[in-house]
Amino acid sequence: MKINLKVWRQKNAESKGRFENYVVDDIHEDTSFLEMFDILNERLVAEGKEAIVFDHDCREGICGMCSMTINGIPHGPERKTTVCQLHMRKFKDGDTIVVEPWRAGPFPVKQDLVVSRDAFEQIQQAGGFISIRTGAPQDANAIPISKEISDKSMDAAQCIGCGACVAACPNAAAMLFTSAKVSHLNYLPQGAPEKDRRVIAMVEKMNELGFGNCTNYGECQGVCPKGITLDMIAKMNRDYAVAKAKQAVGAL
Amino acid sequence: MSFNLDSKIPEGKISEKWDNYKFHAKLVNPANRRKYHVIVVGSGLAGASAAATLAEQGYNVSCFCYQDSPRRAHSIAAQGGINAAKNYQNDGDSIYRLFYDTVKGGDFRSREANVYRLAQVSNNIIDQCVAQGVPFAREYGGLLANRSFGGAQVSRTFYARGQTGQQLLLGAYSALVRQIGLGKVKMYTRQEMMELVLVDGHAKGIVCRNLVTGEIKSFSADAVLLCTGGYGNVFYLSTNAQGCSVSAAFNCYRKGAGFANPCFTQIHPTCIPVHGEQQSKLTLMSESLRNDGRIWVPKSKENCGKNPNDIKEEDRDYYLERKYPSFGNLAPRDISSRAAKEACDDGRGVGNVVGGERRGVYLDFATAIKRDGKKAIEERYGNLFEMYERITGENAYERPMRIYPASHYTMGGLWVDYELQSTIPGLFVLGEANFSDHGANRLGASALMQGLSDGYFVIPYTLPNYLARTGAGKPSIDGEAFKEAEKSVKDRIEKFLTKGGSKSPRHYHQELGKIMWEYCGMGRNEEGLKKALELIPQIREDFWKGVKVVGDADCMNTELERAIRTADFMEFAEVLCLDALERRESCGAHFREEYQYTEGDQKGEAKRDDANFSHAAVWEYTGFGNKPVRHQEEILHEEVKPVVRSYK
Repeated sequence: MKINLKVWRQKNAESKGRFENYVVDDIHEDTSFLEMFDILNERLVAEGKEAIVFDHDCREGICGMCSMTINGIPHGPERKTTVCQLHMRKFKDGDTIVVEPWRAGPFPVKQDLVVSRDAFEQIQQAGGFISIRTGAPQDANAIPISKEISDKSMDAAQCIGCGACVAACPNAAAMLFTSAKVSHLNYLPQGAPEKDRRVIAMVEKMNELGFGNCTNYGECQGVCPKGITLDMIAKMNRDYAVAKAKQAVGAL
Repeated sequence: MSFNLDSKIPEGKISEKWDNYKFHAKLVNPANRRKYHVIVVGSGLAGASAAATLAEQGYNVSCFCYQDSPRRAHSIAAQGGINAAKNYQNDGDSIYRLFYDTVKGGDFRSREANVYRLAQVSNNIIDQCVAQGVPFAREYGGLLANRSFGGAQVSRTFYARGQTGQQLLLGAYSALVRQIGLGKVKMYTRQEMMELVLVDGHAKGIVCRNLVTGEIKSFSADAVLLCTGGYGNVFYLSTNAQGCSVSAAFNCYRKGAGFANPCFTQIHPTCIPVHGEQQSKLTLMSESLRNDGRIWVPKSKENCGKNPNDIKEEDRDYYLERKYPSFGNLAPRDISSRAAKEACDDGRGVGNVVGGERRGVYLDFATAIKRDGKKAIEERYGNLFEMYERITGENAYERPMRIYPASHYTMGGLWVDYELQSTIPGLFVLGEANFSDHGANRLGASALMQGLSDGYFVIPYTLPNYLARTGAGKPSIDGEAFKEAEKSVKDRIEKFLTKGGSKSPRHYHQELGKIMWEYCGMGRNEEGLKKALELIPQIREDFWKGVKVVGDADCMNTELERAIRTADFMEFAEVLCLDALERRESCGAHFREEYQYTEGDQKGEAKRDDANFSHAAVWEYTGFGNKPVRHQEEILHEEVKPVVRSYK
């Protein structure tokens, strides 16, 4: 295959970026999208030019490191698929593909296609945990949890923290991410004692970091590589409302 | 210089050793803990659990990872599950059986006391994880579900869909972020450890390169915990993440840490086959698939190019079921991998022709779908089938999957004693980076168990025993040792960037990988290993003459990162091959073609030599280009008498 690429190049956080055009040919359809970038980088190195910097690590769709907006869609055209798992058979010979970093205020570009997602870390630090220490908790089977509840928690826990939801949202909202993290723990009996405290802390941290509000575009759900759905946001809003009500009456 | 390879195994019966140790170990009182600083390198299961737990106890922890978040460490990619001796299934499991299976699975080359401790704390791990909110799979009654895994005849594996690694890591990460929020852990992301720093012979700090700004900076502490994973990427193509490297461990080796059993590298039997020359990594399909999938190749070569669904039942060779009737498709990893290689060497491989041959075997779910229904299979493995389709474009509900072995996990690693301390005082090594628990072969679902055991339940007891003896007081980073280490890092980087060669670091890594896979992969022999030991110094010389590293030192430069990691792999590969050459026996994942049974029931199986090789080989660095010295730690078999490992 022959592919025309328009790739965002930016020297560092301070400098102004621009698109550069590249042509890659001889690409096999079984090649992954990132392997195409490896091949392109090999050519750039051979020409003595600087390689394109992009985030990636596990290359099996689970670490959440890879982050490219392809033709305007975070992670590209295939549903429920991270960039690293996207293969060239999904494109046509001769296609022109535009590749950019995540675009969102709270995710500043560091270099080329790499952004900072430190804001996600801060949301997690605010409440994404159950406050227990390593020790000798009760037997794992002491609290039965219905399969339905456990499955719901697991649906939320599948979030890989890639940030595509933020990049896709016209408001740069982090509601899908935050709600997945809140719901994972809030669904479970183990997470119940801190349920209210957790949702308030994480939502408020999210707001403080400059993420936008949810106005029900649903773009986040469309691009999520792990299939996290908007119900998580509904659950988070419900939990938040209850927690704030408790707070208002002095019950929290 | 000779190593002190005292394993410090505590006195007493095997079931009492850990309790004895814990009682006799020195403690640091809670008020004094805040005077100590600990560096944790790596944030996978071992690193994150250790950092969080030590911080909870009151120590000041600095944790480093090369990714942009500690949640991304490669433990996250583990799919299948985590073992524990809970015996929830009432099927005959016990701590002793998990211990026995692990020692036997490791082909009697692991230290019994360590393995017993691992089996003992396995149950605490499950309790801990559930309390943290890890959503393990459950049954309708609300209790935890289990499944069976390769190398075991009981159902002791806990799992969370096909992403147990991610869920366990998120659990450890949640404990870690809590401590970061509380200010007890200082997290440094996008940092690569470049040097270990010794002060008066003790590990007291590290030098890191900031991968964004290129800044070279020293950090000091009272002890250093290395939790940097394995070296599977020495084969270039592996299931490891792109950033996984031997560099941190290798630097410790250069500074005097013994490297044990580097030739024990595990080849995972169920990976998606190589599609072509442009490939950058291989993807593993969880071994749990072998619970329901049946592995076969055509009986005759003529059928290899056919659509598998058109090959009649009687023309298929279910070779694992045929050779190992009692374990069948659940035979341990090394045995399954070798059997796949034999079938393909015999010309009966399937799938695409790459480099003139077909390297793949079928993993067929038709029987299971017929028996349990598609829905049940989808429930168990749905995400794995989806992943397979994304990568290959094929639907495995309708057509058997194609799989082939790939480099996956490394049992070898830095030598540690019972306390997880290396031959350098103050340097502790946890998780895959150490060598202790899996012997010559690791059983499925045991890596997650070991990482968390080391981090949550072992190091919190053994580290204080060291700290209490040395007293608190981290050295200043203005000291000579730190300045020297920083200079050495800067010189190395400068050397790379001023090279006027013409080929990329990736080119050399790929070439090295080919040599390693060819001569030191699934099957090894003296001639091949000697050949590899000739070729590696040559390619290393070519590398230093011909490598070209573009870009600058003061920004993100992935070419430079790869050059640094590749340079270390080039040196390390030689130690690995030497170890494989010197271990003149077959055991576990180390299969020397000269040492196999030639007749009887065991024909073609690995032949161990307990009289001469019942030891861990520990390599000591003696300078660049010099042959390292081989030391031995005897492996004693007090509990489990070695037998021929039979899974028939």
